Amino acid sequence: MNPNLNLLIGLAMGLNLLSLGTSRLPALIRTMAAQGVILGVMPVMMEHEHDWRVVLIALATIAGKGLVIPSLLRRAMRTAQIDRELDPLIGFVPSLLLGAGGAIAALALAHLLPLLPEHADTLLVPGALATVLTGFILLIGRTKAISQVCGYLILENGIYLFGLLLIKAMPLLVEAGVLLDLTVGVFIIGIIVDRIQRAFDSLDTRKLTALRE
Amino acid sequence: MIPILEFLLRLACWLLVAPLLPGVINRVKSLVAGRRGPPVLQLYYDLARLWRKDVVMSNLASPAFVILPAVAWVALAGATLLVPLGPAGAGLSFRGDVLLFIYLLALGRFCTAWAAMETGSAFEGMGAVREVSYAVLAEAAMIAGILSLCVQTGSVTLATMLVPTAGASAVLLAAGWFIVLLAENCRVPFDDPNTHLELTMIHEAMVLDHSGPPLAVILHGAALKLLLFAVVLTQAVVPLGYFGSRGACALLVTGVLLVAAGVGLVESLLARFAFRRVPLLLTGAFLLCLFALLVAWKGGAA
Repeated sequence: MNPNLNLLIGLAMGLNLLSLGTSRLPALIRTMAAQGVILGVMPVMMEHEHDWRVVLIALATIAGKGLVIPSLLRRAMRTAQIDRELDPLIGFVPSLLLGAGGAIAALALAHLLPLLPEHADTLLVPGALATVLTGFILLIGRTKAISQVCGYLILENGIYLFGLLLIKAMPLLVEAGVLLDLTVGVFIIGIIVDRIQRAFDSLDTRKLTALRE
Repeated sequence: MIPILEFLLRLACWLLVAPLLPGVINRVKSLVAGRRGPPVLQLYYDLARLWRKDVVMSNLASPAFVILPAVAWVALAGATLLVPLGPAGAGLSFRGDVLLFIYLLALGRFCTAWAAMETGSAFEGMGAVREVSYAVLAEAAMIAGILSLCVQTGSVTLATMLVPTAGASAVLLAAGWFIVLLAENCRVPFDDPNTHLELTMIHEAMVLDHSGPPLAVILHGAALKLLLFAVVLTQAVVPLGYFGSRGACALLVTGVLLVAAGVGLVESLLARFAFRRVPLLLTGAFLLCLFALLVAWKGGAA
């Protein structure tokens, strides 16, 4: 449909792989923020006539995903004094290969889905599938609470990409509500992270599985 | 008579130009560091000096210790004949020569690694192991990149594969192959050519016991390989076919010099990676080339 849109989605998919391959928490947060900004630009590129509501949503998305959420996460990281290395359950190379395999599978299998003809030749559906998969890998494969939050946010980015398919049908209010929920969620998680850090002296979520008196 | 003359001229050109490239890299490094640095022609002097020296041989080593570096050098020199030089075309070209190209590079590496293990020294064995284990990953990226060019042009001949292509995947391919170039030629994020600490060396550890003419041959082969990769990288990315023959030549030379300058800059600005992080970077290069392949494939289908 739109080569520029496909380029942006390709960039977002590249950032997926970068987030899987990086071993530092600040780099992961930066990657996620960049992906949020790219996703924010997309609705403006999709619509030919620039409705003010679309522009508003784009600005809100860029501000929320690109600035507010990353700065909240960075603050949580600073106050909890987490050390910046991620320790992975699934190693970096295997998770990178899993993510790439998922992206290729999504690209190869997307045309089997019953899509509308105007969506058939965009990368939206494979990009969304690959991003959701990346989010899952990060959620499963990393032990630090903040990196799991990043995984969750990337998962949400994938769902947002799916939402772009329905941009004409879905009220923008829904997207705005999701964005608000997300920001509040990250805000709360920031507080919880601080609590976990104080109670356990570590953010390793494996310690939360054992039940004690 | 004339074709043979042209053939020899081409070979001589490759062999004579190759030692220039490490000199250029060193010059870029010394400029960035604000030093005067060695002369650009330093490697020529080194080669001449080594050529005059005698060979010191371990009494454990078989004659293969001297023969194998020569075999590796011949394999690399043969590979240069397959690579087209912009408008001048390739010295040798036939259907499927890209396979021979990959195998000649592999043969060169195999012979160097074998020669390294001839002395039975632990350090050399370690260097050979490291070199080969990185090469496994780098080769995967190289082959994925070559496949993407094959798919894009529908040809398996280096001459028609390299010259006219610069599609959407060129950027991915360039990034992937640049990392492969750094890994294959033992440049900085993977190996430091200036290091002299046996525990951290890769390529240098492998050639530790060689001396005299065999060492000269190995050094010249390494320079040849660097030039080979720089030329292939430039031609795979820049659409030389759209320019006149003189413009294409100028572009090719500029491209090779730019690659050398890029290597020098990477070497000045980056520290080398810890060994455990190297596979991650090489997997990244492989994925870049793989996605270039995917773009070429999808672009061809649509």
